[in-house]
Amino acid sequence: MNTMKRLIIIALVALVSGSALGYGEVRPVDNDVRDIESLQRGAQLYFENCVGCHSLEYARFNRVARDLSIPEDLFEEYLLDADRPIGDLMTIAMPEALGAQFFGTTPPDLTLVARVRGTDWIYTFLTGFYEDPIRPYGVNNALYNNVGMPHAMVNQQGLCAEAPGANGCEELVYEGSMSPEEFDLAMVDLTNFLDYMGEPVQVQRQRIGWFVMAFLSVFLVFAWLLYRELWKDVK
Amino acid sequence: MSNQDKDGLMGWIDARLPVTRTIEKHVTKYYAPKNFNFFYVFGVLAMLVFVNQIVTGIWLTMKYVPSAEEAFRSVEYIMRDVEWGWLIRYMHSTGASMFFVVIYLHMFRALLYGSYQKPRELVWIFGMLLYLLLMAEAFMGYVLPWGQMSYWGAQVIISLFGAVPVIGEPLVEWIRGDYLISGATLNRFFALHVIALPLVLALLVFLHIVALHEVGSNNPDGIDIKKDLDENGVPRDGIPFHPYYTIGKDLVGVIIFLMVFCGIIFFFPTAGGFFLETANFEPADPLTTPENIHPVWYFGAFYSILRAMDFDLFFIEAKLLGVLTMGAAIAILFVLPWLDRSPVRSWRYKGMISRVSIVVFAVAFSILTWLGIQPVTTLNTILAQICTAIYFAFFLGMPFYTRYEKTKPVPERVTNR
Repeated sequence: MNTMKRLIIIALVALVSGSALGYGEVRPVDNDVRDIESLQRGAQLYFENCVGCHSLEYARFNRVARDLSIPEDLFEEYLLDADRPIGDLMTIAMPEALGAQFFGTTPPDLTLVARVRGTDWIYTFLTGFYEDPIRPYGVNNALYNNVGMPHAMVNQQGLCAEAPGANGCEELVYEGSMSPEEFDLAMVDLTNFLDYMGEPVQVQRQRIGWFVMAFLSVFLVFAWLLYRELWKDVK
Repeated sequence: MSNQDKDGLMGWIDARLPVTRTIEKHVTKYYAPKNFNFFYVFGVLAMLVFVNQIVTGIWLTMKYVPSAEEAFRSVEYIMRDVEWGWLIRYMHSTGASMFFVVIYLHMFRALLYGSYQKPRELVWIFGMLLYLLLMAEAFMGYVLPWGQMSYWGAQVIISLFGAVPVIGEPLVEWIRGDYLISGATLNRFFALHVIALPLVLALLVFLHIVALHEVGSNNPDGIDIKKDLDENGVPRDGIPFHPYYTIGKDLVGVIIFLMVFCGIIFFFPTAGGFFLETANFEPADPLTTPENIHPVWYFGAFYSILRAMDFDLFFIEAKLLGVLTMGAAIAILFVLPWLDRSPVRSWRYKGMISRVSIVVFAVAFSILTWLGIQPVTTLNTILAQICTAIYFAFFLGMPFYTRYEKTKPVPERVTNR
């Protein structure tokens, strides 16, 4: 039962440290994948701050342009590297080995991160960076302790002094270009974009779903009447 | 009507191929008891889901790439770039889980009303073979998307064969086709999943239905309706399968089922991580083990029974004991027709012990299913051991309690309740 003991100890440690320090707790986010403007802002944030290291390798640029109602010429002008076809998958140029050398681990592809981790996790992670001089990049993450990733948006957020708890960041070491409220909304938008990215068809899927349910409901009424008619002689 | 009398195209065909005769025997003049309740729709639903799996499977095969390098990517390609690919994939993945939902209810119906009893032993055995193959089919299908849970689930299940004495390790290697789960495993599972097993499944469905139609359907009262025939030789309590059930009762059942089915597809396609598991949205990584490896929910009961055996028994190691117990749990279902010694079929007329046993068994099976996807804890293991004991006690005690308990008198004609 050695493994059992070890598991119990790990669970206890996680529980105690988690509840005492506010680690590991996700904060709920209220994003809306039907909000096209939010998705557009999220996409812009992603292409400006994230895409250097994190690919979206199962999705294509032009699908994002289409789904987010961004005209292709604008998309090519502002969000796409000059030499890339808009029909490309959103892979990145950074070699995996180089990423591992920089950050200790290869920055993961984020196409499906919302389906793996959930939106609350993403939002809490994005807003969870704080100053920690011991770490290689001087920052740590309240949700994902000792993460290899630097604070990619420190210029926008500023640097949080303490590990953000249930209320998010309470005190900044220095300010960024965005106010705390602006940054929080930006992270909701970015989370929203990744939510969309996990399953681009989700809005359309639900819309079609209502039509299907309506059709089946009508069908059910007629099937029921047919059954009643057929069975009225069966005693 | 005799086939020779007919003119025209149908007459010509019927003289050469028994089309009309077959339709009459199996549909328009197949007399089904008129007192079927809602439990009797699940056979038709299983057929419906089977067809759904075949059709959506064919279309998935057109775009899916069976290789360790491309499988995961090709599934996302289907989800994103193939027209309606997401719908076809969700229909297939939801269909897999719903297949087990309807099969479990279908089997439970047989248990409630004694549908496995003489003369329907072969119907039951063909059904059990179908269930067994369906488990293999579902397991191999689950490996194909090549996500983390595909990979590690396969790792766990295949390594079970390693518990076989002497030939264990070579056997595991033979199944995997490699020293570890790899592209070789994926390719052979693909072959088995898309052609070998579906062929056998289709054959068994055919045999299951032919055997059923030979002896006729049971009913919630467990009464043999063929004992009471009218002047035309038609059972007084029987009605033609078509149209009364086909476009009558079953159609209503099918539409209600489709509402549930489509509700999942369009609004909860992952079913909260039960039908499409969260860890499977990450590509398979042989170097990183997911936190809680478990098979999909429909294997939960048998996986729990396997894990419940965490102790050595005499000279048998815990791992082998678990595999043997799990095997026995499935094998014992095959001999159910000979375990039930009751003079009556339906639980409506069986004694109190039988009635309580069926309910307790159903509860124990549900708890085992739930435990199968939970992490191992001391409490969970004890609970699984209790439920495993109940599972076996239900079957092993059946020859005794069904024989000696007092049954209620069975009415002459079927009842409508």
